[in-house]
Amino acid sequence: MSPKQTPRTATANRNAAKAASSEYLLRLYVAGQTPKSLQAFANLKEICERHLKGRYQIEVVDLIENPALARGHQILALPAVVRQLPPPVKKIIGDFSNAERVLVGLDLRPLKKLRSA
Amino acid sequence: MPAPSASTRRRTKPAVRIHGIEKVPSGIAGLDEITGGGLPKGRTTLVCGGAGCGKTLFGMEFLINGAREHGDPGVLLAFEETADEIAKNVASLGFDVQDLVERSLLTIDFVKIDRSEIQEAGEYDLEGLFVRLDHAIKSVKAKRVVLDTLEALFAGFTNEALLRSELRRLFHWLKDTGVTAVITGERGEGTLTRYGIEEYVSDCVISLDNRVEDQISTRRMRIVKYRGSAHGANEYPFLIDDGGFSVLPVTSLGLNYEVSYERVPTGVPALDDMLEGGGYFRGASILVSGTAGTGKSSLAGLFADASCRRKEKALYFALEESGSQIRRNMRSIGLDLDGWCKKGLLKIQAARPSVFGLEMHLVTIHKLIEEFEPRAVVVDPLSSLVTTGNVGEVKSMLVRLFDYLKMKQITCLVTSLTSARGFEETEVGISSLIDTWFQVRDIEIGGERTRGLYLVKSRGMGHSNQIREFLITSKGVNLIPVAVGPNGVLTGSARVNQETEQRAQALARQQEIERKQRALLRKSKALDNQIEAMRAELAAEEEEQRSLATELHDRQMRLTESRTKLAEGRRKS
Repeated sequence: MSPKQTPRTATANRNAAKAASSEYLLRLYVAGQTPKSLQAFANLKEICERHLKGRYQIEVVDLIENPALARGHQILALPAVVRQLPPPVKKIIGDFSNAERVLVGLDLRPLKKLRSA
Repeated sequence: MPAPSASTRRRTKPAVRIHGIEKVPSGIAGLDEITGGGLPKGRTTLVCGGAGCGKTLFGMEFLINGAREHGDPGVLLAFEETADEIAKNVASLGFDVQDLVERSLLTIDFVKIDRSEIQEAGEYDLEGLFVRLDHAIKSVKAKRVVLDTLEALFAGFTNEALLRSELRRLFHWLKDTGVTAVITGERGEGTLTRYGIEEYVSDCVISLDNRVEDQISTRRMRIVKYRGSAHGANEYPFLIDDGGFSVLPVTSLGLNYEVSYERVPTGVPALDDMLEGGGYFRGASILVSGTAGTGKSSLAGLFADASCRRKEKALYFALEESGSQIRRNMRSIGLDLDGWCKKGLLKIQAARPSVFGLEMHLVTIHKLIEEFEPRAVVVDPLSSLVTTGNVGEVKSMLVRLFDYLKMKQITCLVTSLTSARGFEETEVGISSLIDTWFQVRDIEIGGERTRGLYLVKSRGMGHSNQIREFLITSKGVNLIPVAVGPNGVLTGSARVNQETEQRAQALARQQEIERKQRALLRKSKALDNQIEAMRAELAAEEEEQRSLATELHDRQMRLTESRTKLAEGRRKS
């Protein structure tokens, strides 16, 4: 699914022009502009900047505006981020305060390493 | 609004409002009777039970019946099955889910939770679930919501404390939304649900159960609690069949049915005579009990036949014989049940008692009665039902059956096989439910077995106290008064003997009388003759007397004449 096919999503990527070439396509689901969702976005962005600089794209979906979109990725818990690219689809929930777990969830770091660390 | 007077207010308010809680009809047959109207409106009901006891179906029926019968749109949030699977499952019960979805009366949202796909990284909440549910409710303007099974959440998320607080929030939110919700939960050990979600649902909890006793399973339902409303507290058997879910309230029917004074002939004129000449009361329950081979089924068949003759439908539940076997056997006593079956006046429903549990039998009977609308019902034999349950259960089933039949004014004849020894044993349980009770007994006299019938009781009518001999012939059944001899009751050839003997004795007496009469006649004739002879003698004597007198007279005349002649002669000479 490309971001172009979901026209009503608010795209938060500053490098929108490079979207097509992004290696990592992430979609962040939130419910409203709550401090919690802002924090989650900030956390996620920080992790991505550190580990995936220039290779990622984050689109933010506000379910308050588009509740129907929650069905597609079976979203229950919020905030949640779904790695749409590269496959397979990965799902991480939480406010992303635990960077290690986010990296595991994004397949950027194997679970074994996390345990030894 | 002007204050209406007390009387009008009472009239305009629906009955359920008296309880204080507004109720939503569940659409499940029988449940609304137990709960006095249905599930609490705008509140959450928890339905819990073990695997395969019908929780999901309960929810589906609630939604589908609400949509179809009350036009209430509904939402199903399914955690275990996809919308397609659910649609297929309930299609076998005749529910067309797709049609309801197209008419915006139902929306099914499948919520898939796969823990392996989800990585938890920090704090989260279940706002997504709320959003989805809210969206689904708004999309069809739902009034009914079913969450099946909410407990699946516990398998999907690690943070149980958070989950619990979110559930609490969810239930509050559901209440605020004003929808009537049903939540299903898996039974736990010692608790109603595995994760104890019953502690969040305080309004109404219904427990479903599927127990197997003696290899026969019976589903039961119990209302554990229903805040703010009176409700039946018993365990009610329920059934899932091709018509869906139906609950049987055991004691919801009170003893306040109307009774009929109309009489229904028994099919045996002599038997009618024993019952004041009229027969049974319409709507009465009749028991024919007896040992094997005493003609109970024949009486049942005759009763059904008599009903059909009056153009009243009869329903025959055969629990030991097949329909065709009954028809063949009844032919031997001159009953053409085939003909009635073809005319649609008689229906023979044959099923082995062990095919299903008592409750299923009861429901089958109920359903058939609703469909066929008979005026007479036969259950033959009732006693074989005991094999499917204990006497207590059978009794409770029969109470319900008889109550139901009485309410519908259907005359019901049941037969019961009794063992030769304790012949009143099995009926002890049910005899109090019976209005008219016949006992057919074997009578053994002089190396011969005959049948004797007598009335144990017949409520509300004078009836014969005599034992009748019960004769089954190819022309039907007849009852004849038994002979009572010096050695007690005589039946069969002993009765015939007795009768012959009595006839012989009577004949002898008759002959003796005639003989004596003849002798008397003879005697009187002889006497007559004697009188005649004496009269003749007398007449002869009189005759003689008369001739003597004449002679004497003549002689004197002659004497006088000769004297005169003599004197004349003297004077001349």
